[in-house]
Amino acid sequence: MKTYLLEIKYEFLKALRTPQYSLPTIIFPTIFYYFFGVLYGGKKAGGVKMAEYLLATYGAFGVIAAAMFGFGVTVAVERGHGWLEAKRVTPMPIASYFVAKLVMAMLFSSIVVLILFTMGAFLANVTLPFVKAVTLFATLVSGAITFCALGLAVAFYAGPSSAPAIVNILYLPMAFVSGLWVPIQFLPPAVRDIAQWLPPYHYSQLALHVIGASRGQSVAYHAFAMLAAALLFAAIAFHGYRRDVSQVH
Amino acid sequence: MFDTPAIFSGVTRRYGTVEALRGLDLTIRRGEVVALLGANGAGKTTAVRTLLGLIKPDSGEVRLFGGDPRDAQTRTRIGAVLQHARVPETLRVREHIHLFRSYYPNPLPIEEVIEAAGLTGLERRKFGELSGGQQKRVHFALALCGNPDLLVLDEPTTGLDVEARRALWKQVRAYVARGKSVLLTTHYLAEAEALATRVVVLDKGRVVAQGTPQEIKGNAATLEDAYIELLEVS
Repeated sequence: MKTYLLEIKYEFLKALRTPQYSLPTIIFPTIFYYFFGVLYGGKKAGGVKMAEYLLATYGAFGVIAAAMFGFGVTVAVERGHGWLEAKRVTPMPIASYFVAKLVMAMLFSSIVVLILFTMGAFLANVTLPFVKAVTLFATLVSGAITFCALGLAVAFYAGPSSAPAIVNILYLPMAFVSGLWVPIQFLPPAVRDIAQWLPPYHYSQLALHVIGASRGQSVAYHAFAMLAAALLFAAIAFHGYRRDVSQVH
Repeated sequence: MFDTPAIFSGVTRRYGTVEALRGLDLTIRRGEVVALLGANGAGKTTAVRTLLGLIKPDSGEVRLFGGDPRDAQTRTRIGAVLQHARVPETLRVREHIHLFRSYYPNPLPIEEVIEAAGLTGLERRKFGELSGGQQKRVHFALALCGNPDLLVLDEPTTGLDVEARRALWKQVRAYVARGKSVLLTTHYLAEAEALATRVVVLDKGRVVAQGTPQEIKGNAATLEDAYIELLEVS
């Protein structure tokens, strides 16, 4: 138990002390939200105020970055540079390594989402009932799990220098096509069809559903898609981990 | 048997068409400092990695204190310095030690680890702010955290200047004086001569010679001369 707590603590400290990680994950969503949510917050999207709508989608945008970069890139680097191996020769329970990174990614996700909530409340007059706000927060932060799994899958196949590029190539187009930058109903129908196959789409629809601004597909459908994606990515990551451990390559 | 730190029996391991280990037999007894010598590709690192449970032998067996190297229980008794592990740079020396100590049931007190590895005064430094020699000392400190009975050092002084190398030798000797055992690989014959109670020469995945540094040296002027001669014969 003590190992788990210490592992989490130092994982969090490492992230805080790595500005290449902590700054973009926090600053990009807040800047985007400021421009599109606060300055143009009066317009409408999905039947609600733009400032409210974008709170859900930029929240999702921030969480995905915290998860994919925080989890995926750090594991790729530590694995590629032999640090994971140095830990594997100790009696450390291997689960503590991954649990700590998951908790760290969720803590960072919480920070990003809370900053956006604060901006929404004070700069854009977003007023969410308390229960809705808590549900939105919980939906956004728990979504980190799927994207941690995706990051981990990348980490076990990519090298330490290619992992950040691969994460970016997956993250940015997926986020755009799924309607995290610009509301999905403003995108062409062909793009919307592609979005159905992308986890960030289902994730943002779950968040939008909380504030009554989703496209009306069922919550179960989106939740199932998120769960299926998480399991698929986790299975790919596990396969990569096994390959490392058994050294068959 | 259960007190014998390490036993390799008939260990083979191939990578594709390359046979890295071809029936390695080697026992490390309590209190011994065994230096594993050999050219690049002789199988030193593969031997170390099988011993640490990072690689599974194709055939043969490795036992650590009578147990399987892949068991967490067995690992509580060893500490290792791996050749290429890059320690996260943003954590402080003391933080790294704090975390590693938590992996072991009976860790050394933190101050003792810091002193034994010669890190006094550097506890608050981040790993990335240390010199190469100081970083190696952190690796050594992390290997010491669990108060291991066997230390495995894979080229612990490669890239260090003379002073740093000597300092590490001193720390290894102090550790051995407490009745512990060491397996180290090295390219420096002087290192083997200074530290080892037994030198084991590997060539093409097999032991081709072993003995005390004196025995290996025989009539040659230096251990290095004897070593070169050995490799030419084999």
